[in-house]
Amino acid sequence: MITVLANPQRFLAFSRVAAPTLGAIAVLLAVAGLWTGFSVPDDYQQGATVRLMFIHVPADFTGMLAYACLAGSAFFGLVFRHSLADAAAKAVAPLGAGFTFLGLVTGAFWGRPMWGAWWVWDARLTSFLILFLLYVGYMALQAAIDDETKAARASGILALVGAVNLPIIHYSVVWWNSLHQGETIFAAGGSKAAPVYLWPLGLMAFAYLFCFGALWMARIRGEIWRRRAGALAVQGAR
Amino acid sequence: MPNLDFGKYAAYIVPAYLISAAVIGALVADTLLRARRWRREVLRLEALRDSKKAG
Repeated sequence: MITVLANPQRFLAFSRVAAPTLGAIAVLLAVAGLWTGFSVPDDYQQGATVRLMFIHVPADFTGMLAYACLAGSAFFGLVFRHSLADAAAKAVAPLGAGFTFLGLVTGAFWGRPMWGAWWVWDARLTSFLILFLLYVGYMALQAAIDDETKAARASGILALVGAVNLPIIHYSVVWWNSLHQGETIFAAGGSKAAPVYLWPLGLMAFAYLFCFGALWMARIRGEIWRRRAGALAVQGAR
Repeated sequence: MPNLDFGKYAAYIVPAYLISAAVIGALVADTLLRARRWRREVLRLEALRDSKKAG
């Protein structure tokens, strides 16, 4: 599948149908997720703020998934020198930064009423802030180097080095004494969340996932066209 | 049925949802506009190249 889609023409043909399809599924899932999310009863401890979980957890998950996609694309770009891999890496960074930003902001809106603080220098929060800074650093490095090949190589190395932060984020609540709650949904011995909250959480998680997939494909399409426009402009100048 | 009465937590829940909608909306708009812009540019440059060849 990956080798078939590695051809830009085939990718354009595939994503022309796949991107809007994923987007439409994301909208349907989001509507269902919001409807069920606003219909569940308040939590006995967190009250109505439990509804923040339905946008906070999917944003966190998508921000981390996007970084895994960034690192994977950067790896293929560095090792196989494939232009589509570089385009995929460049296209995913703003999306990952956006979802990571949402994870930080929605977490702060939950933390203020529950912890009494918008922000604490907790291991989970700090490592997640580093994830956001890695995205910003990646995009800044891309923008700072004019030569696209050199920019892809330098930012790709940064993306790969930064991938070490993903397990740190995941295990931060295990390795350090953290204010952030530990593993809840996929905890050993079953989910610690009440089953009534799992449906809206699952629907919203898949809505974010499909939304991310649709946007990533659409951005790769834009990046392919941008590069083709550059090649045509050079061709026309000769 | 959805219950939109968040009580004393409304000041935290409503802005969080609105910011999420705004950021995702901005990502969608930026993505679509960027793709459309470069697609048009490719079509313009291809037309220019073809007209040069013909001329």
